[in-house]
Amino acid sequence: MILETAAERRALLDRSHTVAMVGASANVTRPSYFVFSFLRTRGKLDVTPINPKLSEIDGVRAFPSLAAYAAERGAPDIVDVFRRPDNAPQVARDAVAAGAKAIWFQYGVINDDAIRIADAAGLDVVVDRCIKVESARFDGGLALGGMNTGVLTAKRRAR
Amino acid sequence: MFDSTEHAAELFALRTYGNIYSRIGNPTVSAFEEKLASLEGGLGAVATASGLSAQLIALLTVAESGDHLVASANLYGGTITQFSVTMRRMGIETTFVPGGDVEAIGKAIRANTRAVFTETIGNPNGNIADLTAIAEVAHAAGVPLLVDNTFATPYLCRPIEFGADVVIHSATKFIGGHGTVIGGAIVESGHFDWRAGRHPLISTPSPGYHGMNFAETFSEYAFLMRARVELLRDVGAALSPMNAWLLVQGLETLALRMPAHVANAQAVATFLHGRDEVAWVSYAGLPDSPERERAARYLPRGAGAVFTFGLRGGREAGRAFIEALELWSHLANVGDAKSLVIHPASTTHQQLTEDELRAAGIGADTVRLSVGLEDVDDLIWDLERGLAAAARAAAVQV
Repeated sequence: MILETAAERRALLDRSHTVAMVGASANVTRPSYFVFSFLRTRGKLDVTPINPKLSEIDGVRAFPSLAAYAAERGAPDIVDVFRRPDNAPQVARDAVAAGAKAIWFQYGVINDDAIRIADAAGLDVVVDRCIKVESARFDGGLALGGMNTGVLTAKRRAR
Repeated sequence: MFDSTEHAAELFALRTYGNIYSRIGNPTVSAFEEKLASLEGGLGAVATASGLSAQLIALLTVAESGDHLVASANLYGGTITQFSVTMRRMGIETTFVPGGDVEAIGKAIRANTRAVFTETIGNPNGNIADLTAIAEVAHAAGVPLLVDNTFATPYLCRPIEFGADVVIHSATKFIGGHGTVIGGAIVESGHFDWRAGRHPLISTPSPGYHGMNFAETFSEYAFLMRARVELLRDVGAALSPMNAWLLVQGLETLALRMPAHVANAQAVATFLHGRDEVAWVSYAGLPDSPERERAARYLPRGAGAVFTFGLRGGREAGRAFIEALELWSHLANVGDAKSLVIHPASTTHQQLTEDELRAAGIGADTVRLSVGLEDVDDLIWDLERGLAAAARAAAVQV
């Protein structure tokens, strides 16, 4: 199912524990490093880099493939994708094979075939969104940046 | 305090969210920012020390030396000077287009044009921009439309709904509402594609953050993030948290004050329109205004509360009129709870050249009113005294 609303994305993040990040980078100026570092230091989700060229990032062991991750750790709750759109269908097939419950295509990773493959296999699918931004939308992080979270409530924000 | 040295480093590198330093962001200021962004239907906001600094930061987020802007000629005098003197000195050229001529705006766009700029309701004459049409010509050329919505506020008009990409406010005016606070804000729609290549300042690696690419990293938030963490950080024109708190108090009564402002403005414009001492009234809410149709489309709840009129007898009659008033305050601000009057050609728009004044539609006889919240009968009683003084001055001249 393609998750279109912020509420659906929030529910996905709330029920998930593990994230396998395909294309995580150790280059500190890359968006994938930003997101990896955010998730690792925030600590609510257990994030693992999937990158055959790296053995670890900031002390977190990297796996060469989703298959290698699944063989040792089991199925990831979310496969987070930082790859060129052309490579996204293969990542989607790998995510399905690894038993992932959801696949998250980051900003600009838009490929109709990849979406169809994951959706047809019953995965929850998020497209052209950032898992860091959506994580921050409901815990006050985004609001501290002056962003309109769309959350209208008189209650104190959860932290 | 920062949780740890690692947490502090993550904050400064923009990799996590949180409070870094109040010049870049502050929890009280962010409460104001999110409320205003929500009211405008925007993606987010960056608050600034004033309306002029909001403009500067918004424009420097998209333009640098060698770039070009297209702007309406019917703007606040301080804005025209900011563009034509200060920004020009910084190497950013502006083409001003008079009379809200949409076709001319389209023709003025060049390969290096980074933005089109207009005011929803022009200062001082209250003319209404044809937002949808301007947005269409800007977008056809791949250029964003920046709209100063100070005179309308989101209560009267939400420019994003008509195609604006960035909305700018002098919150000093109706948002604060009492002439007691100075502040500004930039709101972005989230609809403009900053990744398309027209804005290399946003879509190429930034030396300000070790080569980070804002468009790639923050996508739809790229404009707001660059405005905040590069321009607000470096220009330093941050909104004071105390002022942000006062502006939030203003927002809480905006929906009560704006209908009262426009009802009084409509009554005052109608009164002046019917007087022999008055040569002309430029208020889009009047039935015979050439702006009437645009006002109905973009400002169905009222054409604002700031407008101009001219007295028979020109500048001398205007001087006598202003000096005879007792309730109307002779002041340069607008959007105050109290009613204000001024002669733009010698004050708010004094730095403009003769040509710029003509393009802005400001004559020697032009008087600007900002209609406040007082009992309208008292306001009209005072205006009658002013008109009597103006008539005496006009008679002496003859």
